Amino acid sequence: MIHVNAMGDACPIPVVKTKNAIAQLGGPGSVETLVDNEIAVQNLTKMANQKGYAVRSEKLEPGKFRVVMTVGEPVEEETAAGEEACLITPEGKKKNTVVVLSASTMGTGSDELGTALMKGFVYALCQQDTLPSTVLLYNGGAALSCEGSASLEDLKSLEAQGVEILTCGTCLNYYGLTEKLRVGQVTNMYAIAEKMMQASCIVRP
Amino acid sequence: MEPSIVFCRGGGCTAKLGAGVLSHVLEKLPKGPPDENLLIGYDSRDDAAVYKLTDDLAVVQTLDFFPPMVDDPYLFGQIAAANALSDIYAMGGEVKTALNIVCFPEKMDLNILGRILQGGSEKVIEAGGILAGGHSIADDSVKYGLSVTGIVHPEKIYPNNACQPGDALILTKRLGVGIICTAGRVAQASPEAMDAAIASMTTLNKQASQICREFPVHACTDVTGFGLIGHLLEMLDGRYSARIHADRVPVFSQALEYADEFLLTAAAQRNRNHAGSAVRFENVPFAMEEVLFDPQTSGGLLIALPKESAPALEAKLQAAGLPAAIVGTITEKSQEAILITK
Repeated sequence: MIHVNAMGDACPIPVVKTKNAIAQLGGPGSVETLVDNEIAVQNLTKMANQKGYAVRSEKLEPGKFRVVMTVGEPVEEETAAGEEACLITPEGKKKNTVVVLSASTMGTGSDELGTALMKGFVYALCQQDTLPSTVLLYNGGAALSCEGSASLEDLKSLEAQGVEILTCGTCLNYYGLTEKLRVGQVTNMYAIAEKMMQASCIVRP
Repeated sequence: MEPSIVFCRGGGCTAKLGAGVLSHVLEKLPKGPPDENLLIGYDSRDDAAVYKLTDDLAVVQTLDFFPPMVDDPYLFGQIAAANALSDIYAMGGEVKTALNIVCFPEKMDLNILGRILQGGSEKVIEAGGILAGGHSIADDSVKYGLSVTGIVHPEKIYPNNACQPGDALILTKRLGVGIICTAGRVAQASPEAMDAAIASMTTLNKQASQICREFPVHACTDVTGFGLIGHLLEMLDGRYSARIHADRVPVFSQALEYADEFLLTAAAQRNRNHAGSAVRFENVPFAMEEVLFDPQTSGGLLIALPKESAPALEAKLQAAGLPAAIVGTITEKSQEAILITK
């Protein structure tokens, strides 16, 4: 565990120090941050929730709070991926699984729930032992790879582990997102059709 | 002996007290005998006080000062002055006189003070006002601002809470200067982002306010420390609801980037805590939520007017070079005060 003393620091310093400590971890592990006000606890908690880190906080004494973040443990999904970072197995590559994200939500019903489910799905996807070879994003799904998407970090994590992230160019153009693509490459319908035809397995959440 | 009133503990990212603690303190103050000529006092939580002198003349009074949010003393002076002058514009008034408010350490270089006051006085002149004096205090940190007096016709005041259901809402400046300045303090803001934020903060709301006079404005406020959501809540006054389309809100793209890096202010979190359950977000990205709570220094005007008139006002503001946009509508009171969708 890395200890961060952010007592007496005004926002955003506690968050900046904690982010640096998490970068130092370089993988799964915990960071404990001491702060002197509750607003800083709330800002740290917001960051942990957005990043998908497990987080707990407690008031040690008046004007002293402890926030502990644990990186690498899934916090909201039932997936039993454990604390290990994602692994790419040769078998996974060979199987040539293509994941198709055609909407920004998962399932039908409440959009609010669907959005949360999609975020959870992409997160869970990057925790799998066997990763897909390609993630295709089109129509409403195109927004997931763009600025402001809650799944951006998870998609970047997938890309960093060798998964091809391809977003439909026509769709980006249609939704005015062309300038906002933040992960992976732009693709066209020919490539989308080809990827799907060559897939040994297509996963559509 | 009655225990003395406990005021808020300071310290944080931006200097303004949270709306929650502030109303708590103000509620405890004694009220003198009412005066019908006081058209707007702090009961209405408006931007400035308005006192009627005659049937066609009222004075508008406001003061605003704060510690530096940028390194350059001259720019700080400009920003602090533009911010203080803005309250007159939010009332639909015209600036007449201004007095300097200065806190300055005795041992600091007086040239710095000179640069601050120079920036401030240039903005007063640009506003068409006269700098008529001031007051200074030796303090351990720098603070600067203005007390401004303006005039307005008593029947042409823009109250901050007289919006009507069906009104459209127009915002005249981009949001996100609070996050950008915060990122700047930890050396994580790009020069381009800082320049854009400074250009926005030094822009007077004079032009926007003047253009509004040609339109049937129901309500107007300037978006400052409580963020867009906080000031909109004041406008709704518990009587109406509003719907905001996040995609249409003018923002600095860098503010969204920095919010995604969690360069978050304490004040924005206080604003979030204060707004609490009054706001519901639907499919709004985290960074955009943060920007909507972001405290603005010298922010733009938020204007409510009949929706038929809104496109013409939006076009006219844009033609004047302002990044104005119709961002939402006032609705009948519903479950949540503010619904924010994509």
